[in-house]
Amino acid sequence: MARTLFEKIWDRHVVTILPDGTVLLYIDRHLVHEVTSPQAFEGLRLARTKVRRPELTFATMDHNVPTDDRMNIKDPISKAQIEALAENAREFGITLYDLKSDQQGIVHIIGPELGITLPGTTIVCGDSHTSTHGAFGTLAFGIGTSEVEHVLATQCLRQKKPKTFKVEFKGKLKPWVAAKDMILKLIGAIGTAGGTGYVLEYGGEAIGPLSMEARMTVCNMSIEAGARAGMIAPDDTTFQYIASGNRPFAPKGKAFDESVAFWKTLPTDPDAKYDRELTIDASLITPQVTWGTNPGMVMDVTGRIPEPDQVPGYSRKDVEQALSYMGLKPGTPITEIKIDTVFIGSCTNARIEDLRTAAKIFKGRKVAPRVRVLVVPGSQQVKKQAESEGLDKIFKSAGAEWRESGCSMCLGMNPDQLKPGERSASTSNRNFEGRQGKGGRTHLVSPEMAAAAAVTGHFVDIRSLPR
Amino acid sequence: MEVFKSHRGIMVTLDRANVDTDQIIPKQFLKSIQRTGFEKNLFHDWRYLSDGKPNPDFPLNQERFKKASILVARNNFGCGSSREHAVWAIQQYGFKAVFAPRAERNGTSIPAFADIFRNNSTKNGLLTVELKEAEVEEIFQMVDRYTGLEATVDLERQRVTLHLPEEISFHFEIDPSVKEHLVRGLDEIRQTLQLEQNIKAFEDRHNTQR
Repeated sequence: MARTLFEKIWDRHVVTILPDGTVLLYIDRHLVHEVTSPQAFEGLRLARTKVRRPELTFATMDHNVPTDDRMNIKDPISKAQIEALAENAREFGITLYDLKSDQQGIVHIIGPELGITLPGTTIVCGDSHTSTHGAFGTLAFGIGTSEVEHVLATQCLRQKKPKTFKVEFKGKLKPWVAAKDMILKLIGAIGTAGGTGYVLEYGGEAIGPLSMEARMTVCNMSIEAGARAGMIAPDDTTFQYIASGNRPFAPKGKAFDESVAFWKTLPTDPDAKYDRELTIDASLITPQVTWGTNPGMVMDVTGRIPEPDQVPGYSRKDVEQALSYMGLKPGTPITEIKIDTVFIGSCTNARIEDLRTAAKIFKGRKVAPRVRVLVVPGSQQVKKQAESEGLDKIFKSAGAEWRESGCSMCLGMNPDQLKPGERSASTSNRNFEGRQGKGGRTHLVSPEMAAAAAVTGHFVDIRSLPR
Repeated sequence: MEVFKSHRGIMVTLDRANVDTDQIIPKQFLKSIQRTGFEKNLFHDWRYLSDGKPNPDFPLNQERFKKASILVARNNFGCGSSREHAVWAIQQYGFKAVFAPRAERNGTSIPAFADIFRNNSTKNGLLTVELKEAEVEEIFQMVDRYTGLEATVDLERQRVTLHLPEEISFHFEIDPSVKEHLVRGLDEIRQTLQLEQNIKAFEDRHNTQR
């Protein structure tokens, strides 16, 4: 029977079907970070259980990490959480990329970098942005701490089979329109719950030419549409990424060739059916900017802040609450919104390609007066690569701060935060109230749009920026 | 895990759609390595003013809702971050169940709860009840009208009953495996560990490298 990419991966990970109809699903890779794991390890200790497959479990610290003086964590509670992960990794025999490691970074950035993320596998992590790894044709999704404990103890999860949802991006992207704009456009179209209960599969003419970095940006924000997972079929771009660079956990030589032969069988069969399908014309997508307090409240950069009763999918009250929090008035052009802070980073947009794109905008320009700009590489490897290309010098000479790797201002669990009322242009994934700091106002954009806002002090249509 | 069969308690209404887990428990409270102590920071940024005093406009701070044990919310409750701390905070505050509506907007159906949040709730014995939008609307109106209005949620019979002068009740649907899990208070990890032979047999034939 014809099957989708998702179904092929699902089927080969079914350990057994349980009497209640749920499936015991095998997990090939378990990624662990400091925030959602301590209670799970404690559960193992209380039950005197071991980690079943420590060699398939990989840990790093990213959420709490200061991005300036990283070895000097001033917040004692953050420090305790980081130390707890180190202790748990030691006790249970798990590989840890700690703050001294030159492979440390945001968990969803280092997985692919190290070759941990491979097509056809299942990956989970106690983090909703685990969907990122789906860019490789991987079934990857976020779980809660109880499920983290379940995977640590059994290497399996009890799962109900999700439905499938194909998102076809037809046509070609226009210049200066980014992967970030594609996914924001989709979330705007289907809403933040439009994908709930589904695994998304992205395909079409506009997906094929995307780099792995760009595909990861698309899959990363699947959760912002409510979908736990988003996937893209593996192709030559995927195989080349895995074969390139130093990826210690990727297969090599003959094993790699055998893997590629298998990976080529993964794409959806021509006659396979999806539970839902949607086509978006990629050639019509323009740079996107969020204006509200969830990623579905998004519009074209050429637009104006909407009237409260004119937003499809939201009640008047929803929009009024959002605009009140954001301090915005209906009718204001997006390009007249001034910003205080620019954040370029996060598991959505802190890979090398994102930094190269931002650097193109910063080169020969200066950050606008009174604007604070943080450029935070996603991993130590990204940082090293960027520095070898001289990108750090471009950022610094423009007036931006060049930092160490971590989650940084995406969620402000570390010292990088917005102050109350401050407004940011951010390449991260959530514009929820208080996400970047209590009272902070977040607008989500692509790296090029963030950089353009940094040098002008307000949102600007990147397509009209003089070159 | 606690067994959930039925619960009767006061309802409190939270009139917001798309409440994300960042609102339920903000990031600064996720640094704890404990599983307890989250209740005081539930809905922190809405519940407290900037000087730390309770915000009198927020429902949880109002006298009539002080003893509430059923939270009634709007659609897509619990979206965003996978943090299970959100469920712990809701439970530790004293809530036994959350009601929310499946909403229809422009021809699309918006579920009552986000996927990971709902999963996390089940694992902890917090019941999430998806009702129809008109039913939740009625609850909002009745809670406004009758101070201290109680509801009974009977999981075995899949019914919510509002204890009005003339009782109203609604049927709700629930995944049979979720119902079983809650009604029996199952320990999933212990159960899965008993499937060791199946897992071992699977591992013997499965290649995790591709």
